[in-house]
Amino acid sequence: MKKKPVIAIAVFVAFLIPGTMTSCGFSADSESGLGWLFSTISQLSSGIWLSLALFTFTLIFSMPLGLLVCFLRRSRFKVVELIAKFYISIMRGTPLMLQLLVVYFGPYYVFRIPLSTEYNFYAAIIGFSINYAAYFAEIYRSGIEAVPKGQYEAADVLGYSRSQTFMKIVFPQMVRHILPPVTNEIITLVKDTSLAFAIAFVEMFTMAKQIAAADSNIMPLFVAGFFYYVFNLVVAFVMGKIEKKMNYYQK
Amino acid sequence: MKLLEINNIKKSFDDLEVLKDISISVEEGEVVSILGPSGSGKSTLLRCATLLETMDAGTLKYGGDVVCEDVDGKSVYVSKSKIKEVKNYFGLVFQNFNLFPHYTVMKNICDAPVHIQKRDKKEVEKEALSLLEQMGIADKVDYYPCQLSGGQQQRVAIARALAMNPQILFFDEPTSALDPELTSEILKVLRFLASQKMTMVIVTHEIDFARNVSDRVIFMDEGYIVEQGKPQDVIDNPENDRVRAFLNKLK
Ligand SMILES: Nc1ncnc2c1ncn2[C@@H]1O[C@H](COP(=O)(O)OP(=O)(O)O)[C@@H](O)[C@H]1O
Ligand SMILES: [Mg+2]
Repeated sequence: MKKKPVIAIAVFVAFLIPGTMTSCGFSADSESGLGWLFSTISQLSSGIWLSLALFTFTLIFSMPLGLLVCFLRRSRFKVVELIAKFYISIMRGTPLMLQLLVVYFGPYYVFRIPLSTEYNFYAAIIGFSINYAAYFAEIYRSGIEAVPKGQYEAADVLGYSRSQTFMKIVFPQMVRHILPPVTNEIITLVKDTSLAFAIAFVEMFTMAKQIAAADSNIMPLFVAGFFYYVFNLVVAFVMGKIEKKMNYYQK
Repeated sequence: MKLLEINNIKKSFDDLEVLKDISISVEEGEVVSILGPSGSGKSTLLRCATLLETMDAGTLKYGGDVVCEDVDGKSVYVSKSKIKEVKNYFGLVFQNFNLFPHYTVMKNICDAPVHIQKRDKKEVEKEALSLLEQMGIADKVDYYPCQLSGGQQQRVAIARALAMNPQILFFDEPTSALDPELTSEILKVLRFLASQKMTMVIVTHEIDFARNVSDRVIFMDEGYIVEQGKPQDVIDNPENDRVRAFLNKLK
């Protein structure tokens, strides 16, 4: 049956909505194993949504930003190229956690701007986005460079402008080349969201740790791990579908 | 009427002087074959004529339109917008086809006429179909290049160039990537185009074809034209020793 996974995911998501569990008859102090599991998931739910939000916003911002960095990196102007290269090397060469701390505490230490409670959410999105943009920029670059020179020449002779050549000829071929490494990057991002704990961003993993400590039980960590795993299964599935769709032509 | 006029062109890559003072003019309806050993600068000459390379010195003219003038021994090109117009004069067919792999045969042929030349889509598609019929591949309109043989791909590439309604077509070794059977397919197409009085400049190693089809044969060696004239004269009774040696090797 084709519908089955959809139903499974729907049920799964339903449990994430606070209150669902209790209204289904599972109480938080239930002695049964199943009841305990649902109560853990219920407690984790706000963290799960925060992780998902961080993941989604990071992708929305870092993928186009990466394209911009990639363009700068390929600029005809040596200075621009060097700046982009430096940016990429810093972002790839230092720990993401350190970058998060700089983005989070920087405004306070440098400009004495007081830290607000909700800033850690924005700081996490900014930190992740500028970091992942560097990786995406390099992936895009490899994709663009995989397009043979002859494609540019054929387009040139046919009268395509530089931007038309990029939009119509190079970009679609680039997308095909980069799907596998982009999938890798997205899967890494799902797991990397847990690093946001460094700036007091209480996403799923931080929450699981707190529950585990409070209950002195390892299970919440496994539940969190399960969520990351399932989420990445979904990512791999979706990206696989897209890859298949892009396979309408061979190289 | 002279369609193409190149005078005293010089072109170097760094220290390597590839074209050393070459002049060529092509009359409307003329078929010119360019022969010569590999590395003699034939491709570079075509690439300069089709504006894929800029020449260092010399002049270039299409019909009444000056593309580049010689000012104190240096080539000075006309404005970008003028160059865009001049590109309507010519088409180029590559050795390795350079079809757009993500476009169907139809889109490969129609995209530039519709989106660059802004011609009516219905009209262009009708014209593309009749071109494909002439080439004997009308049944392949919805195929992707990867689904075609080399000979079929090259015929699509020729149709793509013709759909732009160029006044002169350049071919850079159009059969060198093909085995003998497929080569004869392409030569048949070229013969047909010659019979239609299409102006063509063809770089080729097909001696028999050059003798039978071209109005004039040009022999290049080490960046110079060493001999040119009627095919019977150049190919059957060459005056130059190097031409004779080259032709003997081919036979
Ligand atoms: N873009 C380039 N950069 C450096 N050298 C080049 C370039 N294009 C061609 N050459 C050199 O110019 C010479 C002539 O090349 P080409 O015009 O391709 O000759 P042909 O087409 O007659 O075989 C060769 O020695 C080649 O290595
Ligand atoms: Mg060549």
